[in-house]
Amino acid sequence: MPEITYREAVRQAMDEEMARDGNVVLLGEEVAQYDGAYKVSQGLLAKYGPERVIDTPISEEGFTGIGIGAAVAGLRPIVEWMTFNFSLMAIDQIYNNAAKTRYMSGGQISIPVVFRGPNGPAEYLGSQHSQALQAIYTHVPGLKVVAPSTPYDAKGLLKTAIRDDNPVIVLEGELMYAWKGEVPDEEYTVPFGQGTIRRGGGDITLVGFSKPMRTIVQAAEALARDGIDAEVLDLRSLRPLDEELVYGSVRKTNRCIVVDEAWPAASVGSYIAWLVSRNCFDHLDAPVELVSGEDVPMPYNHQLELAAQPSVDTIAGAARRALYK
Amino acid sequence: MAEKLVMLALSPTMETGTIAKWTKNEGDTVASGDVVCEVETDKATMEYESTADGTLLKVIVGSGGQVKVGDPIAIVGEEGEDISQLLSQVASASAAASPKPASAPSEDSAAGPATNPPPESIPAGPSAQRPAPQAPEASAAPGGVLASPLARRLAREKGIDLRSVRGSGPGGRIVKRDLETAPAGVSPVPAAGRGGGHIIPVSEKRKAIAARLTGSFQFAPHYYLKTAVDAGTLLEERRRVNAAASEKVGLNAFLMKFVAEALKRHPMVNASWRGESIVQHARIDIALAVAQPDGLITPVVRDCASKGIVQIDGELKVLVERARTNKLTPEEYSGSTFTISNLGTFGVREFTAIINPPESAILAVGEISKQAVVEEGDRISIRPLMTLTLSCDHRILDGAVSAAFMQTVKSMIEDPINLVL
Repeated sequence: MPEITYREAVRQAMDEEMARDGNVVLLGEEVAQYDGAYKVSQGLLAKYGPERVIDTPISEEGFTGIGIGAAVAGLRPIVEWMTFNFSLMAIDQIYNNAAKTRYMSGGQISIPVVFRGPNGPAEYLGSQHSQALQAIYTHVPGLKVVAPSTPYDAKGLLKTAIRDDNPVIVLEGELMYAWKGEVPDEEYTVPFGQGTIRRGGGDITLVGFSKPMRTIVQAAEALARDGIDAEVLDLRSLRPLDEELVYGSVRKTNRCIVVDEAWPAASVGSYIAWLVSRNCFDHLDAPVELVSGEDVPMPYNHQLELAAQPSVDTIAGAARRALYK
Repeated sequence: MAEKLVMLALSPTMETGTIAKWTKNEGDTVASGDVVCEVETDKATMEYESTADGTLLKVIVGSGGQVKVGDPIAIVGEEGEDISQLLSQVASASAAASPKPASAPSEDSAAGPATNPPPESIPAGPSAQRPAPQAPEASAAPGGVLASPLARRLAREKGIDLRSVRGSGPGGRIVKRDLETAPAGVSPVPAAGRGGGHIIPVSEKRKAIAARLTGSFQFAPHYYLKTAVDAGTLLEERRRVNAAASEKVGLNAFLMKFVAEALKRHPMVNASWRGESIVQHARIDIALAVAQPDGLITPVVRDCASKGIVQIDGELKVLVERARTNKLTPEEYSGSTFTISNLGTFGVREFTAIINPPESAILAVGEISKQAVVEEGDRISIRPLMTLTLSCDHRILDGAVSAAFMQTVKSMIEDPINLVL
């Protein structure tokens, strides 16, 4: 199986879906002539032309609304936000138009639009450009949210997103674009609402999604050196959420660490921790732990920036606490 | 070079210690002499000072953990140092010692509504009345027992009474691993009307009390001398002293002083049995049995013979307060030469106490109560009487020696001028 980057996997997904369906279009800042701010749309303008690969002004609310309107009118737009930090400019379009129209029209109007781009902290970007905003989107009924952590999932989930008749948020990550992984040549998709087990184990359940998955697997390896056999779950999809995968694992291990690089208050991670506490109550031998980003605006100083994010040490430390070790 | 911190004997009789809490965390810098944790000994909670400099690399025995004196509790070394070898030494040593996680005895759970255990020690106060038969369903969610939800479910399924299990988690929380070692079905559903008992894990202090007093009662042949003392003059003198004093002087200070003066005149009562010899102590250090919620302790006023009553009272007040808050240091509660136990304030008329080893005698003081006394000429008068009972070790004290001592104590209480004669 060929090994490709996450960036290439996202590109392939868009390329294949644009080739398959003439209604699929891509719009956003610098997606066309510049081949994408992070080169994710490399070559798409040349292949599909300016009618389907469209550079927009720096106006998130405007082009996000255009994407929604185009979806209402029958296209299947992919809207690229240069980063999710900028999507806050368009939040009214997403909350009030994308997420509500199907409900408020009694199902008459569907909105097959995809919003994608890098989310979460990268490096040296300061507090305004280092935010993990998954909670804002997962919060809203009417949106679907996926958070792939591997090239395979990035391609498979994006293809599913493009084919879905509802608005889908695809959370990518700037640092993840260079990550490599095996992706088959043949066509495949990854369904929504199915997490996956990255590492089997019986002692403790580590749950995460998106970029922290790599850190979580490293933490599991560190724990394994101490004889602790951690099971690592990648949720992949935040809405719908594969609750049963998590519950099944926690009922086996009796303890659960949730990792979410966002702030802890009202986060996806704290919601999952509540679900586990509620639904696995009689199986828990220790409180569910949440390893989150620190509850501060992201520091610019690199050491502090790293210290503000979940690390192998904080994840393994939480695991040891839950194991009373 | 990393080194182990080991459990030290923080009291003279301590054999094991329980970590009450860590005051330093892994990763903290420690200097020799820094307090790193607090240890519950058989007597008190003591501060444990590091014997090494460096970084606290590993806590081997967490809060609540119990270890023998000499066993490692932590590793101190340079930050980042490889301690895997030390750790594996520790692990293999503890494996060899066949660890049997303490789980409380089981029979008691069937022993019906808990009444007070028989007095097994120097009576020093009302032992806390143990609660109270619980409703049968209480074993499912016993009030006051900390347990993880999983532990509660497993206990329910296996028929284990969580109150009989010692928790190893934070704050004593019972977790799954504690149940894996607990015998299943220890306490099946209590029979109707019996209501189940209440299992209390034996604390270090309780163990020490049990061991010392069992030993005393087994090895020292006890006999008892009882005498009624007229406390009228004593009460009158005390009233007079207190009327003028800024701080009220307690009765125990008077008794200590009288006893000290009597001991001075009868040095054999201020002695200890040593098998091949008997040592007569040069100084008179008198202990007073003080009740604590979880046992009793005997703070010592040193050299009572050379101190006045007010001075003794001052020292006693400080010691008793420290005893009640569990703050006494070993120097403050060990090495006494004679002990007084006073249950008068509880309305106890008279009682016998068990000798506090290795002393030769202990004085049990009952309440002062008004009684009809037949005086000279068959005249009946009402007098405040107090019954004193001396428990004596017959290996050291023959009856006449002890009786002479009691006579002196009585004469001093009844006529304090005898103190200076």
